[in-house]
Amino acid sequence: MTKRLFVKGNEAVAMGALEAGCRYYFGYPITPQSDVPEYIARHLPALGGQFIQAESEIASINMLLGAAACGARAMTSSSSPGISLKQEGISYMAGSECPGLIVNVCRSGPGLGGIDASQADYFQAVKGGGHGGYHIIVLAPDSVQEMYDLAMLAFDLSDRYRIPAMLLADAVIGQMKEGLVAHKYVPPADLAEKTWALTEKCNSGKRKVVKSLRLGDGEMEAHNNNLHARYAEMAQREVRYEGLHLDDAELVLTAFGSCARIAKTALRLAREQGMKVGMLRPVTLFPFPAAPLREHCATARKVLCFELNNGQMVDDVRLALPDKEVAFYGRAPGAGSLPTPEEFLAQIRTHYEA
Amino acid sequence: MNTQMKQVFSRPDSLKDVQTHFCPGCQHGTIHRLVAEAMDHFAIKDKTIGIASVGCSVFLYDYFDIDVIEAPHGRAPAVATGAKRVHPERVVFAYQGDGDLAAIGTSEIIHAANRGEQLTIIFVNNTTYGMTGGQMAPTTLPGQVTSTSPTGRDVASQGYPMKMAELIGSLDGCSYSARVAVDSPKHVIQAAKAMRKAFEVQINGAGFAFLEVLSTCPTNWGMSPLAANKRVGEEMIPYFPLGTYKDNSAV
Repeated sequence: MTKRLFVKGNEAVAMGALEAGCRYYFGYPITPQSDVPEYIARHLPALGGQFIQAESEIASINMLLGAAACGARAMTSSSSPGISLKQEGISYMAGSECPGLIVNVCRSGPGLGGIDASQADYFQAVKGGGHGGYHIIVLAPDSVQEMYDLAMLAFDLSDRYRIPAMLLADAVIGQMKEGLVAHKYVPPADLAEKTWALTEKCNSGKRKVVKSLRLGDGEMEAHNNNLHARYAEMAQREVRYEGLHLDDAELVLTAFGSCARIAKTALRLAREQGMKVGMLRPVTLFPFPAAPLREHCATARKVLCFELNNGQMVDDVRLALPDKEVAFYGRAPGAGSLPTPEEFLAQIRTHYEA
Repeated sequence: MNTQMKQVFSRPDSLKDVQTHFCPGCQHGTIHRLVAEAMDHFAIKDKTIGIASVGCSVFLYDYFDIDVIEAPHGRAPAVATGAKRVHPERVVFAYQGDGDLAAIGTSEIIHAANRGEQLTIIFVNNTTYGMTGGQMAPTTLPGQVTSTSPTGRDVASQGYPMKMAELIGSLDGCSYSARVAVDSPKHVIQAAKAMRKAFEVQINGAGFAFLEVLSTCPTNWGMSPLAANKRVGEEMIPYFPLGTYKDNSAV
């Protein structure tokens, strides 16, 4: 399995999910993610799995809930307006502690939105998205390879913490083709059996109930506190990020996903021109790498956050670094073209020299 | 002669020995019993998964001695689809009210039926939203006064009651669709038979089975249990005729 493949990001996320043992997919067509269900429709039946093109995103997410409650690795994928429709079901999955993978190949802007690359849905993804004050795990791939790798990680984290996981990508990450080294999925040794789930065999012992409703005295409060304790535990153990040239950085860049690819080129150009610039790319957007950010920015003068939106992740960067100057540069969703590395470089120079 | 006495009536094994929260005269209890009797009849309680919907029926996880998944409002057929596809050897049923199935969940029920999912759907039609306090439902009868149709349902502006057993029966993917009532001993016996059939269709892998059960809501109808029961025969059955609307199950 060491052959280097040339595939689309949307295909890679599907390949990674299937390799990780996902055997149930429920979805509804929407651009720019339709390659995901198309790939899975071609390959899942041969693996003995089930593919359902549902009547709506709402039905898809609820099929996922049912499959997850029965202990299966299952997924859905969609794009911004479709993800909004799924929020009811995601809230129920969070409330009833059902793991599962949700891929969001984000569109740009409110309403129907455009199909160009955008990071407009950061807030929706990391702040809960639906009702009830919960969070889900959010991973942000910046390459075709990471679409594959993080699909596996998403299932592992989701199963371990019984929290739904989202892969937040966009049209660039989903639609571009680049090299992929597919590798075998190895389940973590410590991944526990899903003893809480409804099993295949007849249940003659203890009855299992998967539900979000908790009406007993203090039950809901305890449940919510328990969920938030798991979020805190994830922040301790599961934060992932990529650090570049952080040791001597006077200016630290932050960016995720497709925007980080542009920022990396700008970072290289800045280094070539002698500027001491580093970069921290969050891979887990929730849990957010606040502690590593604090650690790596301790000696930096300033932080510059790049995003393909009007400023969303920058709020979390500022919360992590209350005493640090944090600047922002971004493009509104729907700009129709991507910022160039030179455009980012000009921003880097301005802030570096200021 | 005590030694010759034998017990001929008891709580079905598939029901827990607990008190329900249902109001006096509500027929959910009767319908729960019919579901439990059908599970006992086929000895399937250990392999059955119940899907609880939103409304008075949500608490079925406290009443049935089975595994249960709670579904969002109207989405029970989609949750049931996911569960059944993962565990095809288990028996999966959803139990939904009229607001849940015939208003907010119309899409999910039609498409689950049309895909011919191997599911049993119990649809309890009492012409009102019980849990939220008696608002107009998709099955509220013309002229019926509810808290959101205070002068009576006006079909010119509020449309007509949905006849779900007929609608679902018209879909090619549906194998069995019927409507029953539980307002008289005769109807209860017919309903028990239809309930067994609705499970038997799934057990035999014969497809999608839909059973509509007309029911009372004395509290929100503002009626005594007896008057409410009488209304089923006098007002509901004429609009929602009892009978089998589809039977392609070849059971």
